[in-house]
Amino acid sequence: MSAGRRIVIVGAAQAGARCAEALRAEGFAGRIVLVGDEKHLPYERPALSKAVLLGEAAPESTEVHPRAFYDEKSIELRLGVRAEAIATSAQRVLLSDGAWLTYDRLVLCTGSRARPLAGAPDLPGVHTLRTLDDCAALARALAPGARLVVIGGGFIGLEVASSAVKRGLAVAVVERQDSLLERVVPRAVAAQVERLHRLNGVDLHLGRGAQRILGQDRVTGVELQDGSVLPADLVVIGIGIVPNTELGEAAGARSEDGLVVDEYGRTTLANVWAAGDVTSHPNPILGRRVRLESWQNAQNQAIAVARNLVGQERRYAEVPWFWSDQFDANIQMYGLAGPGDAVAWRGDPAGGKAIGFAFAGGRLVFAVGFNMGGELRLARRLIETGAEVDAAALCDPARKLKDIVSAAAASAVAPAA
Amino acid sequence: MAWHPVAEAEALSDDEVVGVKIAGKDIAVCRAGGEYFALGNVCTHQFALLSDGVIEDGCIECPIHQGRFDLKTGQPKGPPVSKAVDVYKVRVDGGRVMVELDEGSP
Ligand SMILES: Cc1cc2nc3c(=O)[nH]c(=O)nc-3n(C[C@H](O)[C@H](O)[C@H](O)COP(=O)(O)OP(=O)(O)OC[C@H]3O[C@@H](n4cnc5c(N)ncnc54)[C@H](O)[C@@H]3O)c2cc1C
Ligand code: FES
Repeated sequence: MSAGRRIVIVGAAQAGARCAEALRAEGFAGRIVLVGDEKHLPYERPALSKAVLLGEAAPESTEVHPRAFYDEKSIELRLGVRAEAIATSAQRVLLSDGAWLTYDRLVLCTGSRARPLAGAPDLPGVHTLRTLDDCAALARALAPGARLVVIGGGFIGLEVASSAVKRGLAVAVVERQDSLLERVVPRAVAAQVERLHRLNGVDLHLGRGAQRILGQDRVTGVELQDGSVLPADLVVIGIGIVPNTELGEAAGARSEDGLVVDEYGRTTLANVWAAGDVTSHPNPILGRRVRLESWQNAQNQAIAVARNLVGQERRYAEVPWFWSDQFDANIQMYGLAGPGDAVAWRGDPAGGKAIGFAFAGGRLVFAVGFNMGGELRLARRLIETGAEVDAAALCDPARKLKDIVSAAAASAVAPAA
Repeated sequence: MAWHPVAEAEALSDDEVVGVKIAGKDIAVCRAGGEYFALGNVCTHQFALLSDGVIEDGCIECPIHQGRFDLKTGQPKGPPVSKAVDVYKVRVDGGRVMVELDEGSP
């Protein structure tokens, strides 16, 4: 299969830039146009709630590549321009500046946006955090001594809370569910994150959602569902994201909580592919469809799509990996788990360094590490191979993780006679 | 140039790595396939020590975003890393792993 001569990529952030880069690395010599509605060079978002928000890293440090890279690789950047519509039969994309771009292959890397809080007023002092511009605005507003209320106890909200405490603000987090990180980690893991935040002085309000944001000329507080009011000088809404599926949907692509793609990254439209946050894709290792909101997926699914565009026919199959930095904890996770999954610990999580495991049918499906990056990485193999593992051995600090992993991998390849 | 002892050879088994600081430099000393290697220990992507990472397939992998560097050459093996780490000459002498460093350079 040939990729044709013109590839248009819509969405010039992490996935879009990595896709363009990988196309050139794979030898694609045709035209590549990268269209993005943000005015910035493609950048990575993780530091926006961490080092950049703290002022420890410059905004430019998040760039996927310097500008010269795109010139060298003949990747045309159309920044500050939106793709408005796709004419699938003519294979053209209409841009907000009125131009039409013709494509042989189109890649949608439109990502996601911050989920709006229904009924939230557009008041000074109320922020969301998705883009570099959001980050700059929030960083300016983080005045030491100010009172911040974060609505939503997900990763981004908790990272903002951590950064704000470091900047000397008094921080409260409001979460409607009874547990933090309800959608993404087992409750036993969330409990450790909760402990970390309480220890660092974050005022947590769980099991009560925000009902109203108060204020006339600027925000003054947040009213909770039980009627109590938390005074606030600043509010950050971090209640999740919405995938930017509309462009693809309007053109007729199937969308079910994300643009539906196959394991090669093909949407249901001819010659239209997708990668990153916007996709709902089958994960062959997990044996089910997922929509991921992660740096790893943005980078590696985009690279997989680029390879498939030049005809390599390679499935995208990786154990999902995610990390978060909060206070002094680097938290990393492999695999996926539900809120009710039981967790077995290696090490004492209250001591700040531990790995938690969740199993299904004798197999490891999820591992989370607190300040255990290197060791945790070894667990990836176990999830990947689906080998049966001895939970007690994994949790025994006297046994080396490396040895357990090698033994399990060996038995998965050649079952003991 | 001078040779510095950095670790007991015995102390490292295959696929193990330790971080050392010598003459102001952070160095990752590791063993793979019975051979010893020494590389700059600070990842060229963002801030992380490679000695907290893992050794696999002739590479050292960063613990933060899994950027990989070739043990022999220090060359990056793909995104997110695009810049090499330094590599240093290594020899084993009297049971000690020695690394050659150029004192003069920063
Ligand atoms: C504050 C923050 C912290 C994070 N921290 C972590 C972390 O620690 N670890 C982790 O694994 N992940 C983290 N993430 C998630 C990670 O950043 C995302 O998964 C990743 O950015 C997804 O990349 P993407 O390229 O698919 O989409 P996006 O980054 O959302 O980029 C999509 C781009 O397309 C543009 N676009 C959309 N529609 C159009 C259109 N019609 N025309 C033109 N342009 C369009 C958008 O404006 C945007 O620039 C974090 C995210 C945020 C916001
Ligand atoms: S810090 Fe090493 S790969 Fe990102």
